[in-house]
Amino acid sequence: MTDQDNAQSYLDMDLLRFTTAGSVDDGKSTLIGRLLYDSKAIFEDQLEAIEKTSEQRGDENVNLALLTDGLRAEREQGITIDVAYRYFATPRRKFIIADTPGHIQYTRNMVTGASTANLAIILVDARKGVIEQTCRHSFIADLLRIQHVVIAVNKMDLVDWSEERFLEIKEEFRRFASRLDSIVEVTFIPISALKGDNVVETSENMPWYKGPSLLYHLETVYVGSDENHVTARFPVQWVIRPHSDEHHDFRGYAGRVAGGVFKPGDEVVVQPSGFNAVIKAVHSMDGELQEVFAPLSAAITLDREIDISRGDMIAKPNNPPTVGQDIEAMICWFSEKPLSSRGKFILRHSTKETKALIRDIKYKVDINTLHKIEDDLEFRLNDIGRISLRTAAPLCYDPYKMNRSTGSFILVDPFTNETVGAAMII
Amino acid sequence: MSDYTVTHLKQLESEAIFVLRETAAQFERPALLFSGGKDSIVMTHLARKAFWPARIPFPLLHVDTGHNFSETIEFRDRLVEESGAKLVVASVQKAIDEGRVVEESGNNASRNALQIQTLLDCLEEGQYDAALGGGRRDEEKARAKERFFSHRDEFGQWDPKNQRPELWNVFNGRMSPGEHFRVFPLSNWTEMDVWQYMKAEEIPIPSLYFAHERDVVVRNGTILAISEFVQPRDGETVERKRIRFRTMGDATITGAVESDADDMSKIIEEVAAARETERGNRADDKRSESAMEDRKKQGYF
Repeated sequence: MTDQDNAQSYLDMDLLRFTTAGSVDDGKSTLIGRLLYDSKAIFEDQLEAIEKTSEQRGDENVNLALLTDGLRAEREQGITIDVAYRYFATPRRKFIIADTPGHIQYTRNMVTGASTANLAIILVDARKGVIEQTCRHSFIADLLRIQHVVIAVNKMDLVDWSEERFLEIKEEFRRFASRLDSIVEVTFIPISALKGDNVVETSENMPWYKGPSLLYHLETVYVGSDENHVTARFPVQWVIRPHSDEHHDFRGYAGRVAGGVFKPGDEVVVQPSGFNAVIKAVHSMDGELQEVFAPLSAAITLDREIDISRGDMIAKPNNPPTVGQDIEAMICWFSEKPLSSRGKFILRHSTKETKALIRDIKYKVDINTLHKIEDDLEFRLNDIGRISLRTAAPLCYDPYKMNRSTGSFILVDPFTNETVGAAMII
Repeated sequence: MSDYTVTHLKQLESEAIFVLRETAAQFERPALLFSGGKDSIVMTHLARKAFWPARIPFPLLHVDTGHNFSETIEFRDRLVEESGAKLVVASVQKAIDEGRVVEESGNNASRNALQIQTLLDCLEEGQYDAALGGGRRDEEKARAKERFFSHRDEFGQWDPKNQRPELWNVFNGRMSPGEHFRVFPLSNWTEMDVWQYMKAEEIPIPSLYFAHERDVVVRNGTILAISEFVQPRDGETVERKRIRFRTMGDATITGAVESDADDMSKIIEEVAAARETERGNRADDKRSESAMEDRKKQGYF
């Protein structure tokens, strides 16, 4: 490839956001370390630093897991808490990894990492097969509507690269996954993160496996259809009023498209007021645009003056969002302080902020077994379940299954200002 | 049906613009930290895009160590004039003169630590409740878990254990009086993304980034440019080298690299082949492996 081609391919690259969930022992950090290492996302000085640390700790090989353990406290305890974001690129794609711990006490971190991901890598230890943790990670991927899942069956070297074992695990997972409905595509890949088999290069130890390596799959999986380009949603973030001589009457509605396509001449409806208007132009600093679609940012001007402010939603009259104050949602609880029925919170949905009152806790989910819990309704840290609430002002929303952006909200404690819950509208 | 694939640079741009607009909407008095470095230049460019055709609705805030390359200041002033943005300068020299901070002494003295106090004082005086920075998560390990909206307590400190989860694109900027936020719209960018974006958008940057001839000394493995702030010490020899800078910091500690890259494409080639991370050339990060984490806790950018 010439330099010119290289430069062009970088400009044409798209983006894949994926999440990894795993526990201390299942090789997740080693896998990420290997992806970063083999794709040359690691620089020499970083490598030197971990070589030095590995040596001090008496590790046999360079410990690739050290690359992903960020904060000093974690390094000392040898565990990963929170969500860490990693970046690497191949000539085909740029990748953002949301690296999360896998234990049940970090459910909230997994939910956070999953919320922006197109794809989830779920690690399964080939010796252990599908266990509680696999179910938990799959449930979270499904709940957060990650449409592409990779089951990476790791440590194949410890089961003699056995095809039979791999097929057994595949079958176990398929039985369980029939209960999940958001996941569109599941791909099974037998790997050894430690030895590198099927991570970047296909493995010579498993000639029976005819599929792609993990990296090749990540580079080529089609995620272009994940965004909703049908249901037009434009949450107004900010009103641009230049007050300058040149743009005296300019009144632009700035926002990031959350679904669908907007073009000049389109008839739109502004919610919650319900007024109709026609798009005059779609503006950017580089000039007027022919169209704008998710997830791009732009500013829209309309053909008539309507009172529109931050928190309003511009949509199309033929399929507007639901406007309402009584919401049913699945929620994941993030706070040490339990959620109680009748609790009052600040709710942030899209660009809108309002107050919310919890009306009812319907059930909780045992995320290891997917069973409903109806006899213990106290929501503690990391609990997931179904609630209903009422908002002080109407929300313009969609079911989460239809739109991740207009179908989600967070709850904020009005006293501590902490984010205490993340919810997906049913 | 047209193709709705969005390139990664467009996605990153859109995300950054979204975050800049959220900052303007959620905070009373935001400010954009402007160092004169390429990240803050890209930030200013994105802020212009976010609010165009209106002006950027918050000031650019420059924490001036007094140890500047003249090229940086000239560039800054030109950009301010062109964009119509407001500029606020917080001077480390003034803070020293007023006795609010004490200059480090000794051979490896730098004004980095003083910048922290000067910045915090300036934020407090100006009652700024959000400081927009060009920090990226790929810069350093301690930053991998940084939030877009990073909460700081009333002492300006960052508590890694007490950061708010960020889901989807919902950001929580609520706070108590006296607290503030650091906001990082470029969180998901890499060094390569920044360079490619500058090239694609034809964003001008200070000449120091391009290869040029300069008198330098090599001190503890770092190439330092001779200036009124850096003079050769006993035993050091002044050499003429073809160099360029990869970051624009305090002139006393910002190391140069030997390079022939005198235009954007050549820099990008060099970055692609780079074997050392960006901050590897800043003497302040070499002090210890956890140096960045320590400074962040104190309120460094």
